[in-house]
Amino acid sequence: MKIELTVNGEQREADVWEGESLLFALREKLGLPGSKNACEQGECGSCSVLLDGTLVCACLVLAAQADGHDVVTVEGLGATGEPHPVQEAFVEAGAVQCGFCTPGLVVATVDLLAHSPQPSEDEIREALSGNLCRCTGYAKIFDAVRLAAQ
Amino acid sequence: MLHAAVVRSPHAHARVRALDLSRAREAPGVRAVLAPGDCDALDETAEFEGRAVVAVAAETFGQARAAAELVEVEWEELEPLLDPEEAVRRGSLVGEPRRYERGGYERGLAEADAVVEAEYRTQTLNHNPLETHQCVCEWRGDGLDVYISTQYIWGVRDDVAAAFGLPPDKVRVICEYMGGGFGAKNGAGGYVTLAAELARRSGRPVRLALTRREENVGGGNRNATIQRVTAAAKADGTLTALGGEFICSLGWGGWLASTAGPMQLLHACENVRTVEYGAKLNLPAMAAFRAPGFVEGTWALECLLDKLAAELGLDPLELRRRNYANVDTMDGRPYSAKELLECYRRAEPHWERRHEVRARSDATWKRGVGLASQIWYGGGGPPSYAWVRVGSDGRANVVTAMQDIGTGTRTAMAQIAAEELGIRLERVQVQVGDSSRGPFASISGGSSTLPSMGPAVRAAAADAARQILEIAEQRFEREDGTLSLRGGEIVSPDGTTWPLEEITGLLEDGQILGKGARGPNPAGMRVLTFGVQVAEVAVDVETGEVVVERIYAVHDVGRVINPLGARSQIEGGIIQAMGHTFSEARLDDPHRGTVLTKTLDAYKLPTIADVPEIVCELIDKPDAQLTNLGSKGLGEPPIIPTAAAIANAIRDATGADVTSLPITREEILAALREARERERVGAPSA
Repeated sequence: MKIELTVNGEQREADVWEGESLLFALREKLGLPGSKNACEQGECGSCSVLLDGTLVCACLVLAAQADGHDVVTVEGLGATGEPHPVQEAFVEAGAVQCGFCTPGLVVATVDLLAHSPQPSEDEIREALSGNLCRCTGYAKIFDAVRLAAQ
Repeated sequence: MLHAAVVRSPHAHARVRALDLSRAREAPGVRAVLAPGDCDALDETAEFEGRAVVAVAAETFGQARAAAELVEVEWEELEPLLDPEEAVRRGSLVGEPRRYERGGYERGLAEADAVVEAEYRTQTLNHNPLETHQCVCEWRGDGLDVYISTQYIWGVRDDVAAAFGLPPDKVRVICEYMGGGFGAKNGAGGYVTLAAELARRSGRPVRLALTRREENVGGGNRNATIQRVTAAAKADGTLTALGGEFICSLGWGGWLASTAGPMQLLHACENVRTVEYGAKLNLPAMAAFRAPGFVEGTWALECLLDKLAAELGLDPLELRRRNYANVDTMDGRPYSAKELLECYRRAEPHWERRHEVRARSDATWKRGVGLASQIWYGGGGPPSYAWVRVGSDGRANVVTAMQDIGTGTRTAMAQIAAEELGIRLERVQVQVGDSSRGPFASISGGSSTLPSMGPAVRAAAADAARQILEIAEQRFEREDGTLSLRGGEIVSPDGTTWPLEEITGLLEDGQILGKGARGPNPAGMRVLTFGVQVAEVAVDVETGEVVVERIYAVHDVGRVINPLGARSQIEGGIIQAMGHTFSEARLDDPHRGTVLTKTLDAYKLPTIADVPEIVCELIDKPDAQLTNLGSKGLGEPPIIPTAAAIANAIRDATGADVTSLPITREEILAALREARERERVGAPSA
């Protein structure tokens, strides 16, 4: 089936199979590999995107469900040379090791700060506990979120 | 590009009775199908779950999966061997048992005033890097390009070349970035052979990515252990004997990592006897996992030492100090450098907090502090090579065919080159990850990347600097060896300076090419890394819940190149260790030998909600004997002592002896009951 959706402010079209996830469509059909596929079932947050402004795991949304809707991926947050303040904070804090979970964490942090510009430590723990990172130990991710909130 | 899917054995031990590929071959989009006999990576006999039987390549991943579903396999199930002790009894082993003895173990026991024994167990753990094992293989003429998530592009090159009978240089391996490895991605593995063979037969590039479920079965694991250990000491704490029997559940392959290593290396003790068995079972094979053997062995040894300290009525930190090794415990060699005493000294104030921490206990929440020390390799070694190109604009390009596993290797190499060339970090670019575009470089494993590669990069930068200065000395008519590079300038002892570009600019399109090789490690010396961690915990004695409130870590890895990255390694190691301690476990069906925890809701990785306060310190004293850099690796040391430090804190808080990982609430409640029982019958509170 054909779907039409807005991705990062651009009108896009894709030919998808009815059972395909939004994540698959983004990565394989729309040339946006920023959202990562790590667990395939909504446990790790690596594919976090904003769907009509709501934080979702793109692997749990059917591409067909996104037809006519607005999607923002990590590629839509900043540009090369012009990173989003949250991306800048992640770089500044060193909140990255292998980087595979980073796009999802950046999107989830953008969402957190949109709802709570000065989040408490507990709010950060709650908001980001759906984003798994196997490398950093999360300590620098706390630092990045606090930095971005400033 | 085609996409591949693999049909795997759903049984731990089984034989293919009949195989029907006809429907799969005719399925939409299918371009190649491989069966046993087509490729060494496929087999009709499965000795573990997940053994590959058939591989399919199709135009889309969905088509490949659909075709794989159409493969009809009739299995004859066989009895799996799953009990490691039974495997040892039957002689089902990977390799020979490994025996080690020094001094006189029996004599050491006889001389002791106190002897403690215990059995410790550790669970099977999955690496679960967020990026699963994956590759794209593409043939170009008679050569093969492999794009892969790997810790060792040269190892992949050699494995793949051997599998296809190719000269190694016909295989090009590319790994620009990768999503974590932790030891699971040290070589090519059968999945790469499958992708390459599918690509060969179809004439198309083929992508093969393990699913998370495949990863949790066949992606490698830290093997489970059973460790029966003994420690004996004089009343003053002097160790007189250490002994252990270590049974490692390796699965159907892998290798026997040194679980006895910490017992042999960490503390001074003249009389040591160990035996290690690698039980060969119908389970997926182990793979190196961040300090393999030492993570498991340190858990048992350092818990046992606290048990001994309790028996002797000694302070656990003091017990470790009294058994400090001044030379290598195995062969008497001097250490190239050892700052473990300094680690103990810096840990002291954190250890002293235990009085105040304990005092904050109440009827339900008991608080305590525990510590554990750590030893590991991490010295790296040759060979490794690097080139440094300096262009007419005075910018440097470090070229070496290593890979960045995600530890910030690029940044560290850029820092080293920038320091040596006296230029700003931003003026250095680092090019890694392509076996055809740089010289041989080491594996990103064994905490060896920085200590192996750093010296090669430094030597290459020094070679480039020497050439620049020679030109400058001729041009400015200065004596040989009088000029130096600093702050982007050529500097003379009389204070005269010239911009670097004044010399490099003469090159026009030419370049200065510096070449560097990793030199040998110091002869006759033992190069090791050391550290201490102190954990503070709160234990709810009614529910068995444990909260780790704070971990202090101090590590000695020689000179630290990137303090931010180093702290991140420590934090990451500690959190991974907390997963090992509390939540992570691969659970196998005890009768069928199949993995039950195939997804990340069942295999529980730590989340940001689990993070305690972590205080990191690095001794940061260059190892003067070790290379031109004085740095050792830090990838593995931080994960080694955490579990024991936490268990010792639980003992400090409650008197309960936990002996199995992961430490579940049931385990805590059972250990608390045992502790109360011991108290009731008046046995020593060991």
